[in-house]
Amino acid sequence: MKKELGIFVLLAVVCGVLAVLSPEFLSATNLQNLARLIGIFGIFSIGTGIVIITGGIDLSVGSVFALLGVILSILLVEYKVPAALAIIIVLAMTTFLGLIHGLLVTKVKIQPFIVTLCGLLFYRGLSRYITDDNTKGFGNAAGFETLQSVATGSLFGIPTPFVLLVVIGTIMWVVLHRSVWGRYLFAVGRNETASMFSGINTSVMIASAYVIGGLLAGVSGIVLAFYTNSVSPSSHGNSYELYGIAAAVLGGCSLRGGTGSIIGIFIGTALLQVLQNLVNLLGIPSSLNFAVMGVVIMLGVIADQVLQTRNAK
Amino acid sequence: MKEPILQMKKIGKSFPGVRALDGVDFEIRSGEVVALAGENGAGKSTLMKILGGVYQPDEGEIFVDGEQARIGEVSDAIRFGIGFVHQELNVLDNLTVAENVFLGREPRIFGYLIDRKRLNSEARPFLEILGLDVAPQTPLNVLSIAKRQLVEIAKALSLNARILILDEPTSSLTLTETDRLLEVIKDLRDRGIAVIYISHRLGEIREIADRVVTLRDGRNAGVLARDEISHDAIVRQMVGRDIKREKRTDRAETGDAMLKVRDLRTSRYPEKPISFDVRKGEILGFAGLVGAGRTEAAQAIFGVDRPVSGTLEIDGTRASISDAGDAIANGIYLVPEDRRQAGLILEIPIRENITLPALARYSKRGLVTRSAETDVAVRMSEKLKIKTPSVETPAGNLSGGNQQKVVLAKWLSLEPKVLIFDEPTRGIDVGAKSEIYELMRGLAANGVAIMMISSDMEEIINESDRVAVMHEGSITGILDGDNASEESIMKLAVGSV
Repeated sequence: MKKELGIFVLLAVVCGVLAVLSPEFLSATNLQNLARLIGIFGIFSIGTGIVIITGGIDLSVGSVFALLGVILSILLVEYKVPAALAIIIVLAMTTFLGLIHGLLVTKVKIQPFIVTLCGLLFYRGLSRYITDDNTKGFGNAAGFETLQSVATGSLFGIPTPFVLLVVIGTIMWVVLHRSVWGRYLFAVGRNETASMFSGINTSVMIASAYVIGGLLAGVSGIVLAFYTNSVSPSSHGNSYELYGIAAAVLGGCSLRGGTGSIIGIFIGTALLQVLQNLVNLLGIPSSLNFAVMGVVIMLGVIADQVLQTRNAK
Repeated sequence: MKEPILQMKKIGKSFPGVRALDGVDFEIRSGEVVALAGENGAGKSTLMKILGGVYQPDEGEIFVDGEQARIGEVSDAIRFGIGFVHQELNVLDNLTVAENVFLGREPRIFGYLIDRKRLNSEARPFLEILGLDVAPQTPLNVLSIAKRQLVEIAKALSLNARILILDEPTSSLTLTETDRLLEVIKDLRDRGIAVIYISHRLGEIREIADRVVTLRDGRNAGVLARDEISHDAIVRQMVGRDIKREKRTDRAETGDAMLKVRDLRTSRYPEKPISFDVRKGEILGFAGLVGAGRTEAAQAIFGVDRPVSGTLEIDGTRASISDAGDAIANGIYLVPEDRRQAGLILEIPIRENITLPALARYSKRGLVTRSAETDVAVRMSEKLKIKTPSVETPAGNLSGGNQQKVVLAKWLSLEPKVLIFDEPTRGIDVGAKSEIYELMRGLAANGVAIMMISSDMEEIINESDRVAVMHEGSITGILDGDNASEESIMKLAVGSV
């Protein structure tokens, strides 16, 4: 809890400042948009966080979004596949990609960075090839309005992606912080050798983290595809993996593995989206978007470092 | 009598909540070997780190050659001729021997390029002093730990060290390597170097020390002159009481074979099958030189290092073990050699370490039941007398002996049939050692079959019912307790028949 407190304070301060500087921040529309984006980004960030807890990394998320987006569009629009089936196919695909990553990391013993970097390149290239670099869309979404409403609709005034994040986040909180699997995951991330000597099947644990990462990327990716409503294979989801990594790191996941929490990842995601919102609302040139984020993440991590050294003393 | 080259007077040092050193005096003369003894946490390391410039004392003065010396950082210590060879070696295995010796001080051409010729030729004399028969350009990663250690000593000598601190130098050396190192130390002493020798191995201290300075709870506990040094005297000063140190007499009547190992071929020695039985209630010692294949055999039985072939029978039933999970399910547990890396996860609480191998027992429908965990952790830490403020303390905060007890607690909270100890008391102080022996005997008395790998000859002879001796992957003999002596074991360990 202590670990998340620092970033929570940072989030509160940024929100406070923003609310003062721009009254529009607290308007219902803005808050709804913000919540929607936090929902979309939060879901895959949890997956990235889980992979990072094993001491790994997932760089492929953004390209998976592009591949999934174009395949989803092709299935629905061109092959008229029923929406439910299309979703199952897409989720199965991203989960399978996660499994492949996991097996390459644990069985072939390739470093996670390399495995998922190759994924990043491969899936992006593949999406551009199958679409001939043409943007794919969902048109007026005739026949899959329900699907689209998951991305753009609301439940009792709360954007559906946010509701989805709360549901998934709650489930993953129990899984990560209360279950045997979660305990094993942290143990493997801390010290793989000692975990193996305690009888934990470390390969299964690590591979399963990539599988969950793949599944959650699939869920987020579907929502994102309908949120943007068009998928440009060369830019859709570009560098989104970095949002996931940044959210996880801000939320207390060490890249060395073994630490992190769902609450932290949630707050980290929220902070990133609020910053983006800040850039928009304050009329800061949007070209400075990444620069602002870079600075704030750096400050957050430095503050965390300082607090930790002080606590250690 | 010569003036001391080094005097430390009334040294005091506190860390938050701990008075690590309290008015400690220490002195040493040129050409003298002084052993620094004491249990873990007695203050030996702190005192030496102050001397080495790693820590600053809160109180007290240091004199080198009779002049007051202010040692503010490591470079000051080096300037005063103090060389520190740490227990964990500080050599880089991607460099050559000579590059390590002169790291940061390489002879140069034009001020920027390394002069390899001079580098190698200047390293040579230091290697010769130490009897290290390797070329200066040998990459370090092909050398044994013992030789790397000599490289580190050569580095200290090249810095003109007149006072050499050796912290647990033999903890990962074989018996022959230890003897070699002790010879080197005697030679350095004869060359006028003052050697401060820290070790838990009282036999080595007895052999080499001119004087023993003992610390206890951060204070001087006594000094023994050369002719007063004995095992009992050192132990008495270290623990402040007598500890019985004798061959165990309570050898239980051992039963049938609990573990039958047949034609086990490990990945390290695939051409050398080994077979042996461990009986119920027996402690079977495994002696041998480092690299004899004992650890490999243990890890193959435990399933972490998959054997090439071989069969295991546990309590009369054939068991197939392909990973540690299978071994644990069969009641075979391993207390590994590398406690900090393989035995424990240092950063997580004692509670989580203890319950890790059998978390399913403390969970319902996949969710961990915290209260059940805490119950067993508290019960085990009371039973094993683990000294800790709470079971929520990270395991890494404990002393070596208490860490080892946590590793044991992991397994004793289950029902061990076969318990394999790999170097059970390495780096553990005398008090905790005898507690671990007690526990081992207690387990054996309850019918557990115990395999105990150890490089500590006293431990092997005192604790084992039988001693299996290995040499280069083969079991060269199994001795009955009565026939196990240092000589009979060494003969088998070096492979001569």
